[in-house]
Amino acid sequence: MNIFAAIGRVVLAFLATTGRLAIFTAEGVSHTLRPPIYWKLIVQQILRIGYFSLPVVGLTAFFTGAVLCLQIYIGGNRFGSEAIVPQIVVLGITRELGPVIAGLMVAGRVSAAIAAEIGTMRVTEQIDALTTLSTNPVKYLVTPRLIAALISMPILVAIADAIGVFGGYIVATQSLNFNGAVYLKNTHDYVTNGDVQSGLIKAAVFGFIIALMGCYNGFNSKGGAQGVGAATTNAVVSASILILAANYILTSVFFTK
Amino acid sequence: MMAMNGTAKIELRGVKKRFGPKTVLDGIDLTVNAGDSLVIIGGSGSGKSVTIKCVLGILHPDAGTIIVDGEEVTRLSGRRRDAFLAKFGMLFQGGALFDSLPVWENVAFGLIQGRGISRAQAQRVALEKLAKVGLGPEVADLSPAELSGGMQKRVGLARAIASDPQIIFFDEPTTGLDPIMADVINHLIASTVRELGVTAVSITHDMASARKISNRIAMLYKGKIIWEGATKDVDNSGNPYVEQFIHGSAEGPIKMEVRR
Repeated sequence: MNIFAAIGRVVLAFLATTGRLAIFTAEGVSHTLRPPIYWKLIVQQILRIGYFSLPVVGLTAFFTGAVLCLQIYIGGNRFGSEAIVPQIVVLGITRELGPVIAGLMVAGRVSAAIAAEIGTMRVTEQIDALTTLSTNPVKYLVTPRLIAALISMPILVAIADAIGVFGGYIVATQSLNFNGAVYLKNTHDYVTNGDVQSGLIKAAVFGFIIALMGCYNGFNSKGGAQGVGAATTNAVVSASILILAANYILTSVFFTK
Repeated sequence: MMAMNGTAKIELRGVKKRFGPKTVLDGIDLTVNAGDSLVIIGGSGSGKSVTIKCVLGILHPDAGTIIVDGEEVTRLSGRRRDAFLAKFGMLFQGGALFDSLPVWENVAFGLIQGRGISRAQAQRVALEKLAKVGLGPEVADLSPAELSGGMQKRVGLARAIASDPQIIFFDEPTTGLDPIMADVINHLIASTVRELGVTAVSITHDMASARKISNRIAMLYKGKIIWEGATKDVDNSGNPYVEQFIHGSAEGPIKMEVRR
């Protein structure tokens, strides 16, 4: 009996959370089409989410491309196919590692910041204050962040793709004795629009997940400093897991016929 | 905008609110007449804040009706809710100033976002309202974090009156202030309410403040209004709960619940 009760509680809690999240998402998205639209806030958030994430995303992309190049070279060496390095690097970066690594880094940086900011606004009653000042808090806080993340992430990932390929190129030409021109020609000949596009679509989905998890957890934080801390942790963890799960689903949709 | 005294501005009938197993409001019946300044007193956790948040629609009561200006307001949405909220100003306990905006934009927020007034015009109104609460134009460009607690309360008050509300809620206006600053805020609230002719509802457990800013007092205990009357009668209420509360005595019918 008790086992059933315990399982039932967990299932009910899960369903309740899913429902709340769905309603929250629907409200946040519906405000993208209903005026007034806070353009200034959207630009401000693009700056925060996109522009200020450039250094961290650029550095991780560079080293990811570099290490990918090295591993494929070492692995390919075992059966004499080192020449395939540029093709594999560009596919790996544009299809998977660019969006996923950038997504996870931005999840750590931006989801946490959003959850901490909105969570603090919740516990200091600033969100209630918005309501009393005839301003819908979801429209003012959530919608601009969703739009900004949706716009910023594909741009960030496009840049990360280029830097990742560049990282591979540097390692290949500087320590693995590849000819630079041949490396670039192989990269260029092999990559297709579809490879890059699939990565950018993933990026947009990841951006939405990142902003949504930050906002949802911040909005529903309870208590004082501890509540905000828990909301921040939950935002990063749930955003990261959802990104990896969504990545699998999107890959299987794009590439399995 | 002179309010008509004697007509009911806010009416609560049998309002109930539970959080999980804990009943916070257990059937509140309360009428606030236009032009009144009512103070709701009661211990910590007696449901004072919840009552106000139910009226504003920030929380939804489980049962009962709330009527403002003759209109049932518990199920409002969209434009009608916007119009309803425009009647209210609220001073929050911690000020609840937006720390990402300078002081003047905090005061002008309801005008710019809620009413679509131009920034330049809203700034003029903001400076005017800041002057009303005794703050000069030099604080207008500061960030809220740079202000003392008393100044934050004043800015909160300026923001509450910025869009000329008919009803103002004050949530613990003197909590966390030194006695002198508390008195300054009390005077400010009393004069603001008088000059603007608004209906005011305050919640506090500071009796000195309650006496100064109100003409009526209601006491909330265990989710019910157990006494209501004119402020001058509060010392002769004949109600042992009120007696204990206004004298701040540990002895009496109210037992502190240690387990919360």
